[in-house]
Order: sequence, then C-alpha cells, then structure tokens
Amino acid sequence: MKAVTWRGVNEVGVEDVPEPTILNDHDVILEVGLSVTCGSDLHLLGGYVPAMRAGDVLGHEFMGTVVEVGRGVTKHHVGDRVVVVSFIACGQCWYCRQGLWSLCDNANPNPGITEALWGQSIGGCFGYSHALGGWAGSHARYVRVPYADQGAFTIPDGVSDERALFASDAAPTGWTGAHQAGVQPGDVVAVWGAGGVGQMAARAAALMGAERVVVIDRFDNRLEQVRTHVGAETLDYTDTDVPAELREMTGGRGPDVCIEAVGMEAHRPGPQHLYDQVKQQLRLQSDRPTAVREAIYACRKGGTVFTLGVFAGLVDKFPLGAVMNKALTLTGAQQHGHRYVPEILDRMSRDEVRTEHLATHVMSLDDGPKGYRMFKDKEDGCVRAVFRPGA
Amino acid sequence: MSGALGGAASVAARTGGGVVRRVRSVVSPSSDRPAGGSPASGWLAVTLFRPVTDVDPTLLPAPLAAFDDRIEVRVRPAAGGKGTELAVRLRERPPAGSLPQRLSGRDPQADLRSALRRAKQLIEVGEVLAVDPAPHGERTPTPGGVLLEKWTEAAPRAGVR
Repeated sequence: MKAVTWRGVNEVGVEDVPEPTILNDHDVILEVGLSVTCGSDLHLLGGYVPAMRAGDVLGHEFMGTVVEVGRGVTKHHVGDRVVVVSFIACGQCWYCRQGLWSLCDNANPNPGITEALWGQSIGGCFGYSHALGGWAGSHARYVRVPYADQGAFTIPDGVSDERALFASDAAPTGWTGAHQAGVQPGDVVAVWGAGGVGQMAARAAALMGAERVVVIDRFDNRLEQVRTHVGAETLDYTDTDVPAELREMTGGRGPDVCIEAVGMEAHRPGPQHLYDQVKQQLRLQSDRPTAVREAIYACRKGGTVFTLGVFAGLVDKFPLGAVMNKALTLTGAQQHGHRYVPEILDRMSRDEVRTEHLATHVMSLDDGPKGYRMFKDKEDGCVRAVFRPGA
Repeated sequence: MSGALGGAASVAARTGGGVVRRVRSVVSPSSDRPAGGSPASGWLAVTLFRPVTDVDPTLLPAPLAAFDDRIEVRVRPAAGGKGTELAVRLRERPPAGSLPQRLSGRDPQADLRSALRRAKQLIEVGEVLAVDPAPHGERTPTPGGVLLEKWTEAAPRAGVR
C-alpha cells in the first residue's frame, strides 16, 4: 500500500509499504479516510525528536472505516466509521483508570527509551518515533489500531469526516490543556499558538466558561480563523508587547490560565530567539522554550501555566524563580483524549465545535512531500495539510 | 477498584502461566525488605491495577513462571489504593549493572525486567502488545538508523532500575 514516510531530516517520501495485519486480539484494521499533518510532526521532520528511522510511516491524527476486527474487540464492527485518538492506551492500568490515558503503562513496546529520557515511560503514539513505541502512522491506506475498544470512537451520523478528523488529536489535545489547567468560569485564559491545537484549546476554554480568551500568534490567517471560528480575541506578537497587553486586558493581574500550544520550535522576534536557536543547533538544549518563558512571566500570581506544545528534553534559561515566587502551578501533558472525545463529538454534532476550516489543503498521499512543505512553510495560508488516501 | 480480574486462577488460565511451586513470596504491606532482613536491593517492581487478593505469587504468568526457582517474588498492596506491587529479583543476586548497562538492556536483570513488564500486561490486559511487524518503507542504512535499531531492539529489556 502507499504511505507517506520519514526518509531523513527534512525529507519526506511516498513509498509502497506492506499492509498491516491484526497482531493482537484488541486490534482493528482501519481503512484511513482522512489523515492530517500536525505541528508536532515538524519536530520529527526537523530531527528534533531523534528517534525516527528511514521508512517510518508518518501521521497520528486520522479517521476512517473499520475493515477488520480482532477477536477481543467488542465495541466496533466492520464498516464502523470511527475517529481514533492519536495516543494508544490500554484502558486497564491505574493511569488509564484515572483518566490520564497518555500515561498508560502498557502501550509502549519500547519503554527503555523514554525511561532513559524522562525516568518513566508513557503511552504509545501512532507515527511518532520509536521512543513512543514505533507504531506505524496513519498517512497510509490502512493502519492498525491497537486497543481499539479504548481509542476508536464511532462518529455520529451528523458529523462530517472533515470535522471528526480533528477529534483525533487537535481537539482532544486542546481539551486536555484547558481541562487539566483547571479553567474555571470567569477565568481569563491566554493561549500561545493559533494552530489547530491552540485554536481548540481556546474553544475548550470558552466552553468551560472562561470569560475572556486571548490567542497569540503572528500569522494573520490563523488569527483570523481564531476570531471567526473560535470566537476568541487575538494578539499578534510581532506588533505588540504581549505581557504588557495581557496585563492591560486583565486590570494588571495577568491571565488566570496560560496555555502554551507552540512547542519546542517556538519563534519570537529579537535576541532571545537567536540565543535559543543557536543553543538548539549546537545541541546545548533540545527545545526552544520561548513561549513558555513568556507565559510564565505573563501569568497572574498564583495562576496556572500549561505546556501543551510538544517538548522532548532539556531547555535553558528557564524562569524557575518566577514559578516559585509567583506561586504558579506549572503543568503539562500529552493528550488524554479518550476521556474527552465523546464530549467533543457530541459538541461537534451540535455545531459547538467546528474544525473544517483547519483543513486548508486536502490532497492525495502522492502529494505527501508537498503537503508537509506547504504546512511547514505556511505556503498559501496552509494551516493543516490533509491527506485522503483513497483519492 | 473497578475492572479487577475475578481471581488469580483466571489470570493463569487466560495467560497460560504455569504454577511456580518453589517461588518464595513475602506479602508485607509494612516492609520493603524480603524475609530474612537482607537489603532490598535488586528488586524490579511494577504496580498492577488489581487487588492484592487477585495476585498469587505461586501462579504467575508465563514470562515470570519461566524463571521457575531462579527468582524471588514479592507481592504487597500499593499505597493509596493504586493496586498491587509485584516485585521480582534473581535469587543469585548478581550486581545490578551500571546505569549505561541498564539503559541499554545489557545488565544481568534485563531479561527479568522484560518478563516483568510482559507479566503486567498479561495480568492487566490479557495479552502482550506486539508492534512488529509494523509497515515501513526502505530502511536506508545510516549510522543513526543503525544505532536507533540497536536501541529499539534493547528497549523492551532496558530500564532505569
């Protein structure tokens, strides 16, 4: 079958690869309907997560139709139209039972790698390196879904493929950020990053009762999407002093909750960005924490900063003094989507969550390299490049 | 605790694990030391989200049962209702191995570490998750790729402890 693969740093290919087969009783095989690029894929392409092998199939955000079912699967049948959470989790361990699905004990067959990096292993993720299990990704005609009763969710009839697609990762990741950060009715919430995840975090915060939600980015088209489709306010960080603006918007306090949805390749004008770039390229730090630093400085005393963007390792010049002295709660997570997808699909069916606008460019798998180039370089206003394997 | 298995016998039946007749076990909620008071070093432990009454140290899943009397087993309740701690170590008590050896799965307990992880999956989920063969394209040989391949091969046996 055809698949979009990682060939090397900044090199994407389209190859013929073997079709997946059922290996465990709880597997299903899915015929992929739509599979979308994600900002976190860019960390793989750029070599910032150095655990990819040439030939690995990319993609972790997808929906499709069940075509084969393992004998232990009870919830799904051939023909079901489902969306699949990008993180793989067993549903039986203590972490899963606490709703902390991305921390699953039993879904990463290569636990030694992340134990070495972080002291503990977390769950697995489709198409996201051998550190997170070596699971084949979804930019292919078919994908194997382990623990399918846990991670695959039937899409309501009234929800389109294009909308449900983003219930796989962008929306539940946004929900994870807003909910785990403890957004309360009346809060002022600031979100750094207006990509798919940032937009969904903003939408989740609004639906959780935030009185005011502000999204920070530099791309006009993404900020316009935030105002139009998410209903949040926006700040362009290239023409404003963000912490000062946020202080003014909040009567001098700063936001109650600051959600960082940017990740390890953060950008900002000025010398701080140059400093972080140089240190990252020299491998003196693995991640650029520019937006996290700003969120920590901007957050109100006693507030919460949530790192929702993907980070892999070590950062430099981290303002721990501000965290301590301002009594901040600093937290983060990969997505615990299994607990949020039912609510998200329900809200999608009631038009309270709209995501079609994120799919700015839809193309075939043959256009995989082009899609990732457009997505990375933001060509033609690309917010997300979506692949339709059946095209 | 929801989702608990019906009993240890059902665990063995589902997992194919045999009876380990000569395994010594200590159930002690108040002590992290095995019988005899010797140091606790060398234990590899996982926490199972099952009641302690469901985990019979004489009836372990096949990956641990294969070690027969070469291992010691300890079972005790986990703090805060988190389930049951299952710990194992080699009876001969070889040196733990350096951190690089443990992280690369080349320490004396590497195979036991892997078996313990598989046993946890069998008890909690009922099967050991397989990732290979995973579909992939051409594996162009590069130094980084070879290194990652070796690390990936070792990763199921590797760990920080």
